[in-house]
Amino acid sequence: MARFDPYENNGGTCVAVAGADYCVVAADTRLSVGYSILSRDHSKIAQLADKCVLASSGFQGDIKALQKNLAAKELIYEHNHNKKMSCPAMAQLLSNTLYYKRFFPYYAFNVLGGLDSEGKGCVFTYDAVGSYERTGYSAQGTGSTLMMPVLDNQLKSPSPLLLPARDAVTPLSESEAVDLVKDVFASATERDIYTGDRLEIVVINSSGTHREYIELRKD
Amino acid sequence: MAMKVDMSALETNFSIPCLDDGDGMHLSADSPDVPSMVLPTCADFDGFQAATKDMVKNKRGTTTLAFIFDKGVIVAADSRASMGGYISSQTVRKIIEINPYMLGTMAGGAADCQFWHRNLGNKCRLHELSNKRRISIAGASKLLANILYSYRGMGLSIGTMIAGFDEKGPGLYYVDSEGARLVGNRFSVGSGSLYAYGILDEGYRFNMSVEEAAELARRAIYGATFRDAASGGCVSVYHVGPDGWKKLSGDDVGELHYHYYPVQKTPVEQEMTDAPSTSA
Repeated sequence: MARFDPYENNGGTCVAVAGADYCVVAADTRLSVGYSILSRDHSKIAQLADKCVLASSGFQGDIKALQKNLAAKELIYEHNHNKKMSCPAMAQLLSNTLYYKRFFPYYAFNVLGGLDSEGKGCVFTYDAVGSYERTGYSAQGTGSTLMMPVLDNQLKSPSPLLLPARDAVTPLSESEAVDLVKDVFASATERDIYTGDRLEIVVINSSGTHREYIELRKD
Repeated sequence: MAMKVDMSALETNFSIPCLDDGDGMHLSADSPDVPSMVLPTCADFDGFQAATKDMVKNKRGTTTLAFIFDKGVIVAADSRASMGGYISSQTVRKIIEINPYMLGTMAGGAADCQFWHRNLGNKCRLHELSNKRRISIAGASKLLANILYSYRGMGLSIGTMIAGFDEKGPGLYYVDSEGARLVGNRFSVGSGSLYAYGILDEGYRFNMSVEEAAELARRAIYGATFRDAASGGCVSVYHVGPDGWKKLSGDDVGELHYHYYPVQKTPVEQEMTDAPSTSA
């Protein structure tokens, strides 16, 4: 009796770190199925708007469909409102898009990074059905449980829920944040079979978007 | 073979769909305008939902409480979200601000609660615009309960409390994804609710000052985070009075522990002294 099994996990990890005036979004470029590597050069990052970048890990078929869906909705928004979508607006759109498939989820673990309307870095982290939260940093994917403790150690700031509020800006500079991301991927690559090959790093700041590639272990 | 959401519970026999005849009165048996959702085309819907739930491991939230007292309503919650055994966040907002005088709490599936509370906020605003007055807490909780009832059996997981202040005074309703809607004075929802009830029921009195009530709520949530592995993070306490809600406190539970149980200096039996240094 054939079971309905439309999903597949293609592995990989995505990370985003927000700073005072920049945002770093990074993901490895390995695509796997089971114990096989299908591609060493598959990008998990999509630029949805000029200050808004989505990185997703999970089932790349669903991720491709989700990225196309969001790009189309962003274009409609531009036509209706005569401006590009801001990152917080895209964050809510992504949440709703994921929830509308609540009973047949997109198998996608997303991290959205960019600059908000004030130019400050913002990172939004999601679960597969659309619950989201604005945070200072996040990792999603097969290597996320290896990376998050390291990011917590380096970047954890007082909770935004505290009252009286405490200052929660990540004090790292852009180059320090990029170095941290490279280190964290190097560590995860050592211990996660689905993470490796190459690291794609996208940095968004006031002067635009800048892309960089670093080689990772290919074993 | 596509599945349609079962709306039979909402069909009534005595409302006739009629056109607007000038006085703006509509009686309609239409279903509430819930979004139309894509459903998987498979033979075994429930098996598929069970399998996706395990695979996707959605974020879940865990100890919330609310109670009515003479000065309004106190609402409190922790801030931990777990995905299976992994803590996915310690900074989740589980008290959702639906509008300036109504709060909703989140327990169960994080996405379900966030989405339907946002949807409820929209409906409350539309009600205000159509009727030129605020919606009552009873009305808001009924809107939510009816929507959740229509999705009954499909795997939504929501255990929420709608708390607020309206013309009839303080209001508190418990609404869940099974379709329950209960009015009451005191509720705690989530995996840590049993621990919170222990402290809450013991310390509750109807006549309390706002500070005493907030301290009771804080202590109850702290107790739940202490014993329940799935609760933790920060305790947020809100008060809803006649002028709307106000956040009273947000405390990290780790620090709160030492506030309640300060470190006792234990008497040392034998002091260790440095070995005398020998000069060579």
